Amino acid sequence: MFDFLEGYDLLGAFWATVQLTVYSAIGSLIWGTLLAGMRVGPVPLMRAFGTAYVNFVRNIPLTVIILFSSLGLYQTLGVDLGGDGIVQVISFRLSVLGLIVYTSAFVCEALRSGINTVPVGQAEAARALGLNFGQVLRLIVLPQAFRAAVAPLANVLIALTKNTTVAAVIGVAEASLLMKEMIENEAQLVLIGAVFAFGFVCLTLPTGLLMGLLGKKVAVKR
Amino acid sequence: MKLRKVTAASAAVIALALTATACGEGAAEKDAKGPEGGKGKITVGIKFDQPGIGQKTPQGYAGFDVDVAKFVAKELGYSEDQIEWKESKSADRENMLSRGDVDFIAASYSINDEREAKVDFAGPYLLAHQDLLVRADDDSIKSPEDLNSKKLCSVTGSTSAQNVKEKLAPKAQLQEYPTYSACLTGLQNGAVDALTTDDSILAGYAAQDSFKGKFKLTGLKLSNENYGIGVKEGSDLKAKINSALEKMVSDGAWEKAVAAHFGPANYKNEPAPKIGDIKK
Amino acid sequence: MSASVLYEAQGPRAKARNVVYTAVFLVAAAVLLWWVYSSLKEKGQLDWAMWSPFFGSESWTTYLLPGLQNTLLAAALSLVIALPLGAVLGIARLSDHAWVRVPATVVVEFFRAIPVLILMVFCGEFYYLYTGVSSDSRPLYAVITGLVLYNASVLAEVVRAGILSLPKGQSEAAMAIGLRKSQVMRVVLLPQAVTAMLPAIVSQIVVIVKDTALGGYMMTFPELLSSATTASSFYGANIIQSLTVAAVIFIVINFALTSFASWLEKRLRRAKKSTGVTLAPDGGADQSAFAAPGV
Repeated sequence: MFDFLEGYDLLGAFWATVQLTVYSAIGSLIWGTLLAGMRVGPVPLMRAFGTAYVNFVRNIPLTVIILFSSLGLYQTLGVDLGGDGIVQVISFRLSVLGLIVYTSAFVCEALRSGINTVPVGQAEAARALGLNFGQVLRLIVLPQAFRAAVAPLANVLIALTKNTTVAAVIGVAEASLLMKEMIENEAQLVLIGAVFAFGFVCLTLPTGLLMGLLGKKVAVKR
Repeated sequence: MKLRKVTAASAAVIALALTATACGEGAAEKDAKGPEGGKGKITVGIKFDQPGIGQKTPQGYAGFDVDVAKFVAKELGYSEDQIEWKESKSADRENMLSRGDVDFIAASYSINDEREAKVDFAGPYLLAHQDLLVRADDDSIKSPEDLNSKKLCSVTGSTSAQNVKEKLAPKAQLQEYPTYSACLTGLQNGAVDALTTDDSILAGYAAQDSFKGKFKLTGLKLSNENYGIGVKEGSDLKAKINSALEKMVSDGAWEKAVAAHFGPANYKNEPAPKIGDIKK
Repeated sequence: MSASVLYEAQGPRAKARNVVYTAVFLVAAAVLLWWVYSSLKEKGQLDWAMWSPFFGSESWTTYLLPGLQNTLLAAALSLVIALPLGAVLGIARLSDHAWVRVPATVVVEFFRAIPVLILMVFCGEFYYLYTGVSSDSRPLYAVITGLVLYNASVLAEVVRAGILSLPKGQSEAAMAIGLRKSQVMRVVLLPQAVTAMLPAIVSQIVVIVKDTALGGYMMTFPELLSSATTASSFYGANIIQSLTVAAVIFIVINFALTSFASWLEKRLRRAKKSTGVTLAPDGGADQSAFAAPGV
């Protein structure tokens, strides 16, 4: 029944999806946290930049961002991210970059909502101890904000997993590109659809459940 | 009161959305008419994004395939304004014919066994070859084997790309984009070394004003592409279109169309093929 | 917690430090911008000839406006279908009967777990193989079906969260005066939940508008992005410029929508008649663990 899978690197394609997800998740967590820091920080210009960045990026389709990173950054400006001239490697890194640029805007918003749940007294007490902005944020507010933001961050992570399919537009050999190829060559449409749906359910459902458990475990009891 | 304002605003948004929908549906219904539906109309499938072959322009449709289609339609008894043009993307062509969405297709449609099993072809009316478009100052590609160390760009899932990858130069690197115009940017800036597809299509791109003198064709004939006019399997249009194509060649209209569309591109086309003479 | 509690009122030293930070940031940004600008100029991407087509009316009437119409059409149709479907699914998930609740939950969780692109590709092929939909409207149908399946599931979660966000007393009081379960939902809970959900719904429209672009490149649906690409093959492969124009149009539309969403949210918060609870448009953590649409 599953003969049609022969000759296709299904696991390889999903492995590419997983890699895209993991690298982009790490990158966008870092960049998103920095953005959130800028948005609540004391420097007006950085605040303005953070706000503008988020409003700008989340209103553009991801397809456009990924096309720009390939056509603009690589094909025009010559940025190959140290890909050593190997097309597949470069496309992969560029799509990770595109995914980070896009996802970090949502990470930033999730974190900001997490920061909003931290009681004012926490920061006031920290300031009374003489901590400066960086210390207040790093030692007091962010650790609590992250705990509160686990649920929205989980949603962002799940969305990111699904968004990696867009990397297909610049030819990264991940799951959706393979699915399109298989659909063109094989007859068992429903089975192919089921296989890929199952693959994504396997990736996203456990993520949701694990993050849910984590969220409960680390929640700040108030 | 405030709540009422919000409700009114939301109602306005929904009303807007509905209006847009209503307009759109009207348009969709009009388009959905099959070829038999509109009286005295003929529906022709062409490419919309291949300059020189079939390109949607602000002045209507232009290109060699468009001229061939116009001539054929005229011979079939339809004037130019009775033609309804439809975009037929490569992957969609057989389906469109077998479903009767279009009467015939002239869209850089090369005849091969796999397609002939599904649809009928009139013609061929042009013999093209798979070729490579490279930068004008790049002389490093002299044979297909030279591609092994090169970066090649083509459209996702295209047969020309597969041809290179599987037969001619297995080690060539392949960058895939959804459209050819995406490839040209990289070619111009040196991020890819060659763009591959039929020489007739490449010539059209190379001839655009902004690229004059920047690109050239290598002239390697990597394959034979016999462009035919696709019709539904068993359709009686095939014989009529064949005689129309014969007439187009004999009365000089073919030469004129070739000169008009391939001349500026400096594309040395093969002489008009004989009907039914398919070069493998 | 507002941002200002995170740091002290700025004294002279802090202000001086701010100036330094601002200057460093400005210089870094300027260097980056200059590099982008000069490289683009060097590669001829800033030539007027590459941009000029989009400042005439031809390119708009031939390519961009028809594309925009398709984008808006697909988005509007998807929303109009997904909204009631989402409401039904969301209410079904709150049902007391397991045979209603369980299937609804499975459907919602399933379609939320699958990428929209995969849904679209599947639907497109499905319509081709098993239905008589003409090739003209097949991409549109596929795009709309994919968007509806996904967004109905997301909206179902929004509706569910909206209803759960209401104070328990509302349904208890309604039942106490003898309303049936369907009446409690229809007369008491839904009208209040709708006001709380509106901002989240509006911001979900942004997601729908953005996701139509997936149909362009992978499904040959002639929406804004792909018609901008067709334009670029006519105007001398100015793909960067066409994409920029398409991106600007997307930003304008979506920015208008997000501004509307936040205006609506503020309005609803102030309105006395509502419970004052709104679902945050994205990130969704206003009331902690709501469904977070908007990615």
